[in-house]
Amino acid sequence: MTAIPLPYRVVETRPETADTVTVRLEPVHEALPPFAPGRFAMVYAFGVGEAPVSVAGILPDGGLLHTVRAAGAVSRALCALAPGAVVGMRGPFGTGWDLPLAAGDDLLVVAGGIGLAPLRPLVQAVLAAPQGHGRLNVLIGARTPDDLLYRGELDGWARPYCGITVDRPGAGWRGRVGVVTTLLDEALFSPAGTTAFVCGPEIMIRATARDLLHRGLAPDRILVSLERNMHCATGHCGHCQLGPLLLCRDGPVVGYERAEPLLSVREL
Amino acid sequence: MTRTGLFSTIPEDHRDRLMDLGRDVAFPAGARIFEEGSKADRFWVLHTGAVALDLHVPGRRPAVVETIGAGELLGWSWVCPPRQWHLGAEAVSPVRAWEFDAQEVLRLCEHDPALDHALLTYVVGTIGHRLRSARTRLLDLYGPYGSGEPR
Amino acid sequence: MGTATTDSACVLDRDGLDALVRVLRARGRTVVGPTQRDGAIVLAELESAAELPYGWGVELEGGHYRVIRRDDEAAFAHSAGPQSWKNFLLPQRVRQWTADRGPDGELTVRPERHDPASYAFLGVRPCDLRAIAIQDRVLTGGRHKDDAYRARRDGAFLIAVECTEPGATCFCVSMGTGPAAGPGYDIAMTEVLDGAGHRFLARAGTAEGADVLAELPHRAADPATRTAAHEAVDAAAGRMGRTMPPVDLRALLAGTLDAERWNDVASRCLTCGNCTMACPTCFCTTTEDVTDLTGDHAERWSRWESCYDLDFSHLSGAGPVRASGRSRYRQWMTHKLGTWHDQFGSSGCVGCGRCIVWCPVAIDITEEAHALHQEALDKDSPS
Repeated sequence: MTAIPLPYRVVETRPETADTVTVRLEPVHEALPPFAPGRFAMVYAFGVGEAPVSVAGILPDGGLLHTVRAAGAVSRALCALAPGAVVGMRGPFGTGWDLPLAAGDDLLVVAGGIGLAPLRPLVQAVLAAPQGHGRLNVLIGARTPDDLLYRGELDGWARPYCGITVDRPGAGWRGRVGVVTTLLDEALFSPAGTTAFVCGPEIMIRATARDLLHRGLAPDRILVSLERNMHCATGHCGHCQLGPLLLCRDGPVVGYERAEPLLSVREL
Repeated sequence: MTRTGLFSTIPEDHRDRLMDLGRDVAFPAGARIFEEGSKADRFWVLHTGAVALDLHVPGRRPAVVETIGAGELLGWSWVCPPRQWHLGAEAVSPVRAWEFDAQEVLRLCEHDPALDHALLTYVVGTIGHRLRSARTRLLDLYGPYGSGEPR
Repeated sequence: MGTATTDSACVLDRDGLDALVRVLRARGRTVVGPTQRDGAIVLAELESAAELPYGWGVELEGGHYRVIRRDDEAAFAHSAGPQSWKNFLLPQRVRQWTADRGPDGELTVRPERHDPASYAFLGVRPCDLRAIAIQDRVLTGGRHKDDAYRARRDGAFLIAVECTEPGATCFCVSMGTGPAAGPGYDIAMTEVLDGAGHRFLARAGTAEGADVLAELPHRAADPATRTAAHEAVDAAAGRMGRTMPPVDLRALLAGTLDAERWNDVASRCLTCGNCTMACPTCFCTTTEDVTDLTGDHAERWSRWESCYDLDFSHLSGAGPVRASGRSRYRQWMTHKLGTWHDQFGSSGCVGCGRCIVWCPVAIDITEEAHALHQEALDKDSPS
C-alpha cells in the first residue's frame, strides 16, 4: 500500500509535551503491511496533506503509535486530532533499525528531542527479547524536563542504563544538565562490541557519532536516522536526496560510514 | 573526557607524583562544594555521583547550567587569576572524589614542566569540551524551531 | 540496433510516412510528433504527416534557439526542441487520488483511473529514446512503481528517427546515447535525402512495429539506401557541437563538491529552473492537496517541481537545506551526471543539449564539466 492511503482511525491521543502528541491508530478496514522499528508512514490529514512520521509503537493488533510534534501545517493538524477522527496512511517506507546487525552486542540508543520517537519501538523490541543482545543503554537529551517523551515508561528501559539530560533545567529538576553525549561516561558498553542507534537533530547526530568514533566504535556500527523533505516516499519525487541517497528508500536509517562524508558537505 | 581522563593523559611517573597529593573525599547529596565568588584553591576529579554547577540569581534559586559526572574534572578557576569560582557547585547525589590542593599542585608543576604541560592540556581540553557543549545548547536544537529559522 | 534485424529493414518514401500516421491513427493512437509552430519545432498531436516540419532546421546556441529554413525538404533535420516526451509521459500536473469525508468522519479514498491516451510518438531522437528508458527506470524500475506513468508508457508506441543533423549544443556521443538509435523503439527510421530521392530506411524493433510497417507502402531496403543511412548517422557522430570531458563523470562530480567553480556558476545562475523543465529526464514532482468549498472532498495532485526552488529542500522548522544558488546548481548537476548512477544505475544526462539552449544566461553543462575537470587537474598537479 504505497500509492493510495488506507483509512486509519484515531483511537487514543496522549499529550506528551506542550507541542507533541502520541496518537494510537487502528485500521478502519484493511491494515498496512507490518511495520518495523525505524520505518515510517506517510500520514494524511484530510485536505491538509501528508507528512512522514516514524512509527513510535507497533501494536500486536495491527495498531500503530505515532508521536507527532506540531511543526508544520500537517503535523499541527495531526496533533489536533481527536479520538474517532480518520486519517489516511501509506507505508511502511524506508530502512529500519538493523537490530540483527547488533546481535550479541551492547546497545547504545541515543536520542535527542523528538528523535526518541523512532527509537521507542527499537527499545521495546530489545526489551522483548533481551537474550539477543548485551547491555541496553538508553541516553536521552531533551530541551527541558517538560519536553521529555514517554515519561512513564523510561524507568523500565534501564537494562542496565537509562540516562536523561536536559539543556535547561526547571525548578526541581535534580537530574543531569548538559548535552546528551556527556551521558556516555555513565553508559555501560565495550566499544569494540557495541552498536549505536542515534536519532535527533543533525548537529546532535554528528556530535554523538564523533564521540562514539573517538571511543572506538566502528562507523558502520553507528546507525543514524536522517531527515530530508519528503513528498512521495516511493523514490519518485526527488525531494529527499542526500547526495547519492534517496532517504525515503536508502534511509532514513543509514550507517555512519555512508552518512559521515555526506553530512560534512555544506548544503548537500 | 572519559572516566579515566586525568589519569590516562598524564605520563605514569608524573601521575604518581600528582596522585600522592590527592585525597579521597565524599560529599552527601545536597552538599555545597564551593560557592560562586569564593577562593578557588582546590579541584576534584569525580569517582562517583554527579555535581551541578550553578549560577547565583538574586531572589531566586540558583540556576543550574551544567552537571558533571564520574571521571570529570570539577573546578578549573584555580588555574589562572583571579582564582575565584565563577560558578557554584552542589552534589546532586552522593559524591566520591579525589581532592587536590591547588597550591600544592602548582608548586609541583613549577619543578616539573612535563607534568605542568600535561595537566594544563587536560584542563584546557575539559574547558574546550564544556565550551563546545554550551555552544551546542545555545542553538536550542530541540526547541520548537530546531537550529533553523522559524517559518 | 535493438531487436530488429537488418533483414526486416524496408524503405518508405513520403507517402509511406503519410500512411504511417494514417495507420497509427486508425489503430486508435494519438500520434504526436514534431511540427513547426510559433517559431519553434514543438511536439504536438499530428493529424497527418504533412504537419511534420519539412524543410525546417534549427539554429542552437547557449541561450539561443531559432528555426531556420533549410535548402532541402528534410522532415527530421532538427535537434531537440523546448519540449520532450516527458510532457506526455509525465505530464506537468496529474491527479493521483480523490478523497471524501463522510458525515461520520469516514474517509474514502479513490485511486485515479489510468486510461491514458494510447500514444504513438513519431520522431523520437536517440537521445530522447534513452531519456524515456531512464525515466522508466526511475518511475517503474524500483520497489515502488508509478502506475499512472506505467500505464501511459505501456500504451506508447515509439518511432525513433536517428540523428543526421546534430545541433551546436548536442553531445550525445559523449553520453553514449546517439546519434544511432539504441534499444526501446517499436520502429526506427533513418532519413535519407540524396540524388536518389527523399526516403526513410525503416526497421521494426517489436512485433507491433513489424505489423505496422507491413501495412505501409514500402519496398525492400536496397544497399545504396542502407549505405547512405549509415553514412549519414556516422557523419553526424563527428559533428557534435559539444563534448563532455573524457573522464568518469560520476567520479569527477563526486570529487569536486567543494570546487571553486560552483561559486563561478552560481554568480551566473538565476535558479530559474528552466533547465529542469526542458530536461527530458528531470522527474522531480511535488504534491498539492486541495479541497473543495464543502471541505469534504479532497484531491491529491502531483506536479513538476524543480530542485532550483528554494522550497524544494524545505524542512519543517528548519528551513531549506539548500539555501544558496550555488548548492542548488550543484545539486542539479551532480545529480544529473553523478549521483544518478548511485540512485538509478546510469547517468541522468543524455546529451540532448536542451539545458544549454533554454538557459536564459547560457550556462553550459559541458563547459561546467570541463571547468570542474580542469580545476581538479590543477589541484592534483599544482604548478
